[in-house]
Parts: sequence; C-alpha cells; structure tokens
Amino acid sequence: MMKKLSMGFLLLVLPQFALAAGSAEFLVKTPHIHETDLAAIQRGARVFVNYCLSCHSAEYMRYKRISDDLGISEEIMKKNLMFNTDKIHEGMTASINKDDAERWFGVTPPDLSVTSRSRGREWLYNYLMTFYRDDSRAIGVNNATFKGAAMPHVLSELQGWQEPVFETRKTLDGKDEQVIVGLKLVEPGKLTEKQYGQTVRDLVTFMVYMGEPAELKRHEIGFWVLAFLFVLLMLSYALKREYWKDIH
Amino acid sequence: MSKQENILTRAFYAAVEWIDARFPLTRMWNEHLAQYYAPKNFNFWYFFGSLALLVLVLQIVTGIFLTMNYKPSAEDAFASVEFIMRDVNWGWLIRYMHSTGASAFFIVVYLHMFRGMMYGSYKHPRELLWVLGMMIYMVLMSEAFLGYLLPWGQMSFWGAQVIISLFGALPFGIGEPLAEWIRGDFTVSDATLNRFFAYHVIAVPLALLGLVAAHILALHEVGSNNPDGIEIKKNKDENGIPLDGIPFHPYYTVKDIVGSVVFLMIFFAVVFYAPEMGGWFLEYNNFIPANPLQTPEHIAPLWYFTPFYSILRAFTYPFFGVDAKLWGVLAMGLSQLLFFFLPWLDRSPIRSIRYRGPRFKFALYAFVVSFLVLGYLGVKPPNDTDLVFFNNTVWAQVFTTVYFAFFLLMPFYTKWDKDENRPVPERVTG
Repeated sequence: MMKKLSMGFLLLVLPQFALAAGSAEFLVKTPHIHETDLAAIQRGARVFVNYCLSCHSAEYMRYKRISDDLGISEEIMKKNLMFNTDKIHEGMTASINKDDAERWFGVTPPDLSVTSRSRGREWLYNYLMTFYRDDSRAIGVNNATFKGAAMPHVLSELQGWQEPVFETRKTLDGKDEQVIVGLKLVEPGKLTEKQYGQTVRDLVTFMVYMGEPAELKRHEIGFWVLAFLFVLLMLSYALKREYWKDIH
Repeated sequence: MSKQENILTRAFYAAVEWIDARFPLTRMWNEHLAQYYAPKNFNFWYFFGSLALLVLVLQIVTGIFLTMNYKPSAEDAFASVEFIMRDVNWGWLIRYMHSTGASAFFIVVYLHMFRGMMYGSYKHPRELLWVLGMMIYMVLMSEAFLGYLLPWGQMSFWGAQVIISLFGALPFGIGEPLAEWIRGDFTVSDATLNRFFAYHVIAVPLALLGLVAAHILALHEVGSNNPDGIEIKKNKDENGIPLDGIPFHPYYTVKDIVGSVVFLMIFFAVVFYAPEMGGWFLEYNNFIPANPLQTPEHIAPLWYFTPFYSILRAFTYPFFGVDAKLWGVLAMGLSQLLFFFLPWLDRSPIRSIRYRGPRFKFALYAFVVSFLVLGYLGVKPPNDTDLVFFNNTVWAQVFTTVYFAFFLLMPFYTKWDKDENRPVPERVTG
C-alpha cells in the first residue's frame, strides 16, 4: 500500500527537475546555500543594505524581524543595518526616489522581498557573478545571465571587472555566431575571486531568508509535527487491528 | 466513582432521548454510521472518499483564517498575502496548508475517481451518485480557478486572463460580452478580483457543501460498491443484514483514521519541507506581483488543470473553417462532460476490472497514461520538444486522441470483451 502511494507521489514530483533553467549560455556553479546559516544571513544582510538598498526596496521585510531572527540588538541594527529609517518596525525601503530611479534606469528597480522565490537561488547567484564590461551599451555593462539588464554592476568595487570569452559557433542555418562561453577577470577588485564568490553566496543566502523568513523555523516545527503524527499512527493502527480482529 | 459514572451515563441517555423526540439524531447516526453496512473488502483505493472530506474541512478552516487577513483588492492583495506569510502568527502555516490543500484535494479526488472507474462504481444503480460526484469535481475546479486569482501574482493574473478569454471564443456574438460580464471589466482587474473573492469564499463553497451532502446521501441510499463489484445486498442474513457487510462505525471509522493519519503525514511533509513542491503547488512566477502591462513568456495553469489545457492547445487547425481556438474550447468542455456519461457509455455487465476482459483493462491504462502525459505537456511550452521525436503539440494531439477514444469507443470495446470476461464470484473475496 505505502509502496503504491509513494510511487504515485514520485511520478508527480519527477518532472520538476526539468524546470530549473537559466537564459545564460553557460552556468556558474552555485555553491550550496544553507538556509539556516545565521552568520551567512547576517553577512549577506550587510552587503544587501550597503549595495542593494540604495535603489531596491524590500518592503515586506521588517528590520524588527531580522533583529529577532538573527538575535541582533536594536542598537546594533540601527548602527549597522538601518540607514533609511530609524523605526525598527518598518520595512526595508530604498534610499532612492522611485521617480528618479525610473528616469535614470528606464525602469523602477523591483522590490526584492520575494525575488529569491520567483527567480530562484541559482539564478540570483549566476546573475550577481556574471556582470561584464560591454562598451556597446550606454551603461557600459551587461550581464550574461540577464541580457540587457538595466542594472549597473554595483558590486564592481568588490569583484572588479570581467570581460567575456567568445567562441564562434554555427547557428542552425549555418551562419557563424559569437557566443559567450565564459568570463575572465581583467581588473581585480577589493576582493579575490574566491572571496567575491563567498560574498555573493552570503548575499543570496540573505535573499533566500528574506523571501521566506518562516523557513528558519519551518523545518524544525515540521519534525515535531511528523513525530506526533507517527505516534498517532501507531496508536490508530493498534486500534484498527483491535477492532478488525474478528472480521474475516 | 461508579455511582458518578452512572449518573453521567443516565444524563447522557436522557439528553439523547430528549433530542430524539425532537430531531432524528439516533436515526441519522444509525442510518449513516452505526448501521450503515459497507462491504468488508474495501482496499487501499477506498480511503480517498473520506480523505476528500478531510481535505474539504481543512480547506474551509484554513480558508476562514486566511480571509481574516487577506485583502481582496488589486492594490493590496499581493502585499496582504506576504503580510500573512510574515506578520500574522502562524500565517505561513495556514497559507501553506491552504495552498498544499488545493493540490492535495485534486490528488485525492483524481484517485477517488480512478477507483470508481476501476471498479465500475458508476454503473447501475449508482449513476446518480457518479453524476453528483462529477458535479462536485466541476465545482471544485471552478473553486480552485477562482482561488488562484486571489494572491494576485503574475500567474494568477495571466492565468485568469487566458481562461476567461476562452469564453470570448464562443460564436454568435455572445463570446466577448460573456467574457466581459465574467470579468466585470475589459481586462482582469480589481473588479474581477473582488467578485472572484466573493465566489471563492461564499458562493462556490456553499454549492460544494450541498453537493457533498447529496453525494453522501446518494451513496448511503444505494450502498457502497467494492473491489469485486458485487452487490452485497444480494446475500443477507435472517436479520436483513448483508453477509459481506460490516457497520461503517466502528470498523471503517477506525480504519479511515489510520488512512487520515498517513495522509496527514505526507501532507505535512509537503507543507513543512516542500510547500512549493518544485513549482508544482506554488508557481515561481506567482511570486511576482500581477502586472497587466507585462505578459509572461510562458503561462501555465496549475497541474490539476493541465490535462485539459493540453487538450485546448492541441487544436491548431481550423476544421470546416471554424476557428481552431473554438475547437479547442469545445474539446476541452467535452473532455470534462464525457465523464458524466460513463454510466451509459459502459456496456459491460461487469463492474470490477478484476473480472473484465483485456480490452477494458488496456483502455483504462491507456486513458491514465494519456491523462498523465497531457498533464505534463500542459505545463510545457507547446513548441518545445520535451518528449521524444515530436514537439509537445504533436504529442498532445496524439494523447488527446487516446483520451477521447477511451470514452467514445467505450460502448464497443466493453461489449467486445464479453467472451473474455471472467466469472464474477457470488461473495466478496479478500
């Protein structure tokens, strides 16, 4: 019985693995994102408020929640993470004025509260790793994961600058096409490549946390709920057997 | 101690007596539980009826709590869902139970329907029972569709836009006005969200509850079928009790409790560890707020609609000069309508698959495969090639043919099976 049930479930779940995808010609391998790594979330939060929050908001994420979940006191929150407000119950608003942003970038930078849930952690990691210099664009920068992104490379002071590595490939109708198959660092930033990768991993960890703060405790509560149900299963099965003893 | 127990017991019986003089409490208890005789050979597949009832209750209870904080307006809906997920105590749990419950409802109902098809539960005298069940299924689909608009994400918005626009394909000038009437606007908008909310939390649940009550009453009138497809009322003892029947309570109540606990373990494993179910229960794109100005590249409904969505998209040729879209809409409608006619399409004298000939068995398996493949194709872009050789549209056309053949050829193959049907036993087997 359980076998049949779990097989049915498998059938249902299997095709999901086909869904993970990106628009890049190459994928940067995403390191494991540990959702409950509080230290990584905290480091990521610092990067987020310093670099992202100038233009992006995360309105559904309250500073108070971060302070509670990460065990950071209100004072330290105010000194290190809260630059746009001094009210700890407020959501994370952007420093920039929305109208200005639209005039400068052509689009309003999207709110990032739940971006990790729509884009996924792999996409975010890839996006932040694959900015490259592109003089053909007005902002001088492009992104291999998200072609034509309106966002400048705000982390360039950390990463430095990358340039694309091209390869010539034949398209389906036989023409030659220049395809970006990788990026190489041509101008180092403040961090080494390894350090930058770790910084981006921290930032993505924070964004994953921000997408669903409840995930921090969801897993732990789930264990107790399932443990309780397991005990209930034993009891209810014993009860059933007792009643059904005389049915043949 | 014993004296006190005595008083309590006596008080209890006095109270029951008092109620019985004014309301058929004991009679209903007996008719539907303690003296409702169900066949003793129910197997695994017979859990899903009671599980459907359990999920219905879960959905109603979690739904009530969600409405306490949800705001049905285009301006606030998305934010209010995030408010529930973050700021409402246990809001995330209630929301995940409701979203997982929607998918669980369909899993349970599909398995329940498959059981009915396997064991011929729709056949005489249970035709009306089956029809009522199909009505529940239709109402459930509309309930799910209406509810899916409420989070006001991109898939909510564009999914509704696509489905409502299907009504626009209807001919004779009724299409567009009808679509407009449903939306209450020229596009899906705040007005649409408001009315969908009203339908989702009041109108449709009321219809659903009424139909469920009728479904159960009809079941208890004709009695349950069983895996052998034998009428247990044919063999009764001297008291008129079916020899192969056992009282629903306590036997099946205690058995269904076990089934419910197993179900809840799977259900909560999803709720706590995989609430998105890899994008199958909660679509990733629905975490982007609805934007009427930005059509997503790929719009897919949730998995429980995708077999029908595939059938809709499978029609790409304007047969007889009639718009392909209209053919698609008609085929989709027919694909659901045909279920209602199963009791009359099936010409076999035998109910259970256990004693039926090979043609019916093959047809049923082919149907299940076509349903699953169509469901899979429905979440994929039509021009991609996700299976072998042909693109998704071609495969959808192949399996749409299989799907319809199962119903339309049923009067024939169920008859042709007659020499290869096996003898049905007199009494139920294990």
